[in-house]
Order: sequence, then structure tokens, then C-alpha cells
Amino acid sequence: MTAPLLSVKNLTIDYIGEEKDFRAVDNVSFDVAPGEVFGLAGESGCGKSTIAFAISRLHKPPALIRRESTILLNGRNVLDLDDKALRDFRWREVAMVFQSAMNSLNPVLRIEHQFYDVLKTHKGMSRPQARDRTAEMLKLVDIAPDRMRDYPHQFSGGMRQRIVIAICLALDPRLVVMDEPTTALDVVVQREILQRINELRRSLGFAVLFITHDLGLMVQFCDRIGIMLAGKLVEQNTAEAIYGSPQHDYTKQLWASFPSLHGGVLL
Amino acid sequence: MTVQQTPILALDRVTKTFGHGTGAVRAARSISFSLHAGRALALVGESGSGKTTCARMAMREYLPTEGEILFKGQPVEGTNAAEAAHYRRAVQMIFQDPFASLNPAHTIAYHLKRPLMLHRPDIKRSEIDATVRALLQQVKLDPDLVAPKYPHELSGGQRQRVNIARALAAKPEVIVADEPTSMLDVSVRLGVLNLLSEMKQEMKLGLLYITHDIATARYVAEDIAVMYSGQIVEWGNVGKVIDNPAHPYTKLLLSAVPDPDVRFDDPSVRLRPEDVEDIRRQSAMTQDRIVEVDSDHFVRAA
Ligand SMILES: Nc1ncnc2c1ncn2[C@@H]1O[C@H](COP(=O)(O)OP(=O)(O)OP(=O)(O)O)[C@@H](O)[C@H]1O
Ligand SMILES: Nc1ncnc2c1ncn2[C@@H]1O[C@H](COP(=O)(O)OP(=O)(O)OP(=O)(O)O)[C@@H](O)[C@H]1O
Ligand SMILES: [Mg+2]
Ligand SMILES: [Mg+2]
Repeated sequence: MTAPLLSVKNLTIDYIGEEKDFRAVDNVSFDVAPGEVFGLAGESGCGKSTIAFAISRLHKPPALIRRESTILLNGRNVLDLDDKALRDFRWREVAMVFQSAMNSLNPVLRIEHQFYDVLKTHKGMSRPQARDRTAEMLKLVDIAPDRMRDYPHQFSGGMRQRIVIAICLALDPRLVVMDEPTTALDVVVQREILQRINELRRSLGFAVLFITHDLGLMVQFCDRIGIMLAGKLVEQNTAEAIYGSPQHDYTKQLWASFPSLHGGVLL
Repeated sequence: MTVQQTPILALDRVTKTFGHGTGAVRAARSISFSLHAGRALALVGESGSGKTTCARMAMREYLPTEGEILFKGQPVEGTNAAEAAHYRRAVQMIFQDPFASLNPAHTIAYHLKRPLMLHRPDIKRSEIDATVRALLQQVKLDPDLVAPKYPHELSGGQRQRVNIARALAAKPEVIVADEPTSMLDVSVRLGVLNLLSEMKQEMKLGLLYITHDIATARYVAEDIAVMYSGQIVEWGNVGKVIDNPAHPYTKLLLSAVPDPDVRFDDPSVRLRPEDVEDIRRQSAMTQDRIVEVDSDHFVRAA
């Protein structure tokens, strides 16, 4: 077995409250191999985003990561990084795409400029270099490079989401964390985006931590899946096993709450 | 459609244009559909295809640029104040966001009393509390527990049940539900959809159900309409359309519905970007030819 890219060990995260603390993540451990797509599924409030933020080191108070926790990326503990190391780590090692990422583009800047900001800050690229890289990245997500002179509002929601993904991939991160990246979009656009990411992780080799409510979608895309319930990881296995032979009652229950397109009605 | 009686609510060749000149967006183009007592119509399709615009026209929040809205066969445009008030009571909406649609400063009981006082002069003041209890029971919430609570003390599923109860308080004939479960957990989604289906049957409501989740469309609705770029490209019996889609966009949409039996790594199921663009280009053209695929199943073509 190859060494894991990401190794989360005994991760425990509390939200510190005035009266009492709330344990949002409770002793969670899992590994993600280089190039692997690992899914985190479970109901609203079970702690998925809290984990995603901690791995990206984007968590803020009142979230408090307990001392026994480690998050190793390429063997280095992400939780020990100082400010300078963190600047390099973010984008170059880990990039994050949120559900509302398509609204995070700056509305008054051309797409080209938004790529330039990232490429200049992290790689010291000149404008012409950045322009070449932007063209290359836009092509990867099936957007014509000549549209880099356009503004965000000139693109559909699905295209804006693909542009954010292209910006995230521009620095060749080793891990991309995706928290409900396609939830507000129609299934065709969702499929286009995820199918493309799947091809790109095969060709470029980055790993993905993928979070969604849709278990069917998760099985289509992921190599392995972890099922969370109230802060705990209750089951983790290959996508095939989570679908074909779920072990935990909660996983079975999640499957039972999906109606299927042709099979009539479950329940 | 096999239903013969006059629909409660119908859109008749309705167009809605936002803005003007070169920046104009034709959000709905010559849309026609009918809502019948005790039946649900699912409206599905592309993001930005005009589904919410249709819902807002049905709610009379937007005026159609062209075409008519018919209530029990009569145009709603130019009706008198009493008829307009009747319409506001009869057509109720359930929104996507169960969090934003309730006022955090008021109890659940207050949220249900208000529409009763506004729309139900038939209910005596002394009967209002009992009616609130009955409404909560109808949506399977415990009145003793829930009535005194504030919205933030309820889960998303419970809040959406309160929204349904609030819509029912007006004694509506039509409910417009725009993605009513998309912000809810999978485990409570079916419960809310079952509730809507039951209400539809028991209270003979006409239901417009807008969703991105096509599997649930089949679960809730008898009829379906598929929208792309402001047009309804295919419509009819929900089973016929889903099992035997005829329009290229409907086929594309159904092929992309998440299915755990299909892996993205399988090259035989790959959507080719060129093909998808082709279908988009074709489907965006004005589709004014109507073809009957089967009884109660129609498709448009350019
Ligand atoms: N800033 C905060 N302060 C206090 N509690 C919080 C805070 N953020 C999240 N929580 C709580 O922590 C738990 C986990 O939240 P998290 O956002 O990680 O859930 P999630 O699994 O991503 O849910 P969803 O599917 O709804 O996005 C929830 O119970 C939530 O209420
Ligand atoms: N008030 C408005 N002013 C201008 N344009 C609008 C307005 N409302 C909607 N539009 C435009 O009309 C088109 C249809 O939007 P609509 O919200 O009806 O789509 P939808 O099918 O509900 O999409 P989604 O599935 O994403 O909710 C879009 O191009 C949208 O940008
Ligand atoms: Mg979350
Ligand atoms: Mg909408």
C-alpha cells in the first residue's frame, strides 16, 4: 500500500459555548491515498464541513481542535503550520471548493485578473505567464480561453463554478476539498463538472475529499466513502461495499430514504 | 391529459421577459400548463430555465409579458378586489428555504394564527387555537410541543412542516412548492413529500412541484413538464416521460440523474462535452412544433 497523502487521526473538534461545549467531531480517523476520491456522507449537522475546514486550516473560533488530533498531509502535521508555512500550504497543497464558491468570484474583476491574483501571489508569475496558465486551466474545464476577458456575471452558475475549480487547480494542489460543490445546480451541469474532475484527477493525480448529501452521486464518484453520524465516523469502506453491502444500520437507513428513478417507490 | 374538468389554475401561452433591448432575458417563453384538483405537476429542468419565474407568475408576483393566467377558466388579469383576495387565499406557496421563511421573533402558533385571521373569516376567534392545533396535527407535529416554540428551536424538517401547515391554514386550492425539500436532510425529505402527496389527495389540492430531484418527481406527481431555456420541451404522464423520453434535453437530463449503478470511471457512460453543447444549442432554439409521442405524452421540436 502506498503512503497516504492525507492521514486524519483522532480528530476531535468542539465548538466552545458560553455554558457548555458542543462536540461536533468525535475522534475521527481516516486516510486518503494520492489520487483517491474519498467521500464524507451523513446528515446535516453531523460534522462534515467542520472536518473540511480543519483540513484546510480554515476553521475559526469557537471551533477548537482538541490536542490529541493530528492531520498529516504528506507526513507533516497541518495543525502545527505557522503563518508562513500556511500561506504555502493553502492553494499549493490543499484547495477548497464550497457550494457557494461560484458567488465568491469578484464581480468587478475580469476572470483573467482573478487568476493573475492567485498566480502572482503564490508563484510570482508575470502577466503573460499567468495568461498562458489561465488559458490552459480554462481549457481543462471546457471553457473557451478567449472568455478570460469576461466578467463573472457573463457566465452561468455552472460555468462560474467550473472557473472557481480551474482557479483552485491552477497551483497543482495535491488535495482538493469539495464541500457540496454542485448542490444548487441541475444534474446535467453537476455531472459535467464532476465527470471532468474525475478525468483531471486521473491525469493530474490530485486527491479529492468530496462532501455531499446525495449518496447515489457519492457512489458514482468516490473510491471510498466514510459515513458520519453525530460527529462520529460510523462506517468506512469502498464505494461498492457502502452501496452493495452496507454494514451499519444508519448506512442502510440512509439508502432506504432514496426514491429511485425507475424502480418505483422505496419504503 | 385524461382529466376533463376545468383546471383550477392554468398558464396559457405565458411569456416573461426581464429587461429590454440587447440585455433582455426571455425567462419564460410561451409556457402553458394546468393544475388540477388532486393532481401534482412536477416542473423540472435546467438551472435558470425559468421554473421559479413560472411559479412567481402563478403566484401573481410577476405579471406575464404576454399570455394569460386562468383561475377556474377565467383570466385573473383585471379581476376586482374581492376576486383578487380570493385568489391570494386559494393559491399558496411553500418556499425552498425553511429557515428564511419563518420570522425568528414569533412563535409557531403566531405563524399559523395570522393566515387564519387573514383568510378565514369563517373561523370564530374562540376556535382559532383549536384550529392551530388541528393544523399542526395534520402535518404530524405535536401541538403541545411545537406551538409555543420559536423557529430556531425546530429542525429543518419540522420547520418545513410548519410552512406546509401555514399554507394549509388559508384553505388553499393550489399549492406551489419551489424545491420544498432541497434544503432538508435525505432522511426527512420523503416524510415531507409524503405529507404533500397526502394533502394533495385528501384536500383535493392542485400541486405545482418544482425540483431538481427527478426521482422524487415521479414519487409525488402524476404529470411532469421539462424546461430548458425558458421553454417546456416535453410534458405528459410522469411515467411515460421518464421511461420513454423523446426530447434530446430530457434524455440528457435523465441520463445525468445520479445512479449508484453507474460509475464515472466507466467510459461507456461518459457524457461527451461536444454532444452536450450540441443538445444545448438545439434545445435553445424556438421549439414551436408539437409532436404527440403517445397518449398524454408530448414533445416540442424546432
Ligand atoms: N460556529 C459554530 N458554533 C457552534 N456550533 C456550530 C458552529 N458551526 C457548526 N456548529 C455545529 O456543529 C455541528 C456540525 O456542523 P457542520 O457544519 O460541520 O455540519 P455538516 O455535516 O457540514 O452539515 P450540513 O450537511 O448541514 O452542511 C452542527 O451541529 C452545528 O450546529
Ligand atoms: N427578477 C429578475 N430579473 C432579471 N432576470 C431574472 C429575474 N428573475 C429571474 N431572472 C432570469 O430569468 C432566468 C430564469 O430564472 P429562474 O429563477 O426562473 O430559473 P429556475 O429554473 O428557477 O432556476 P434554478 O433551477 O436555478 O432555481 C434566469 O436567466 C434568471 O437569471
Ligand atoms: Mg456542511
Ligand atoms: Mg428556481
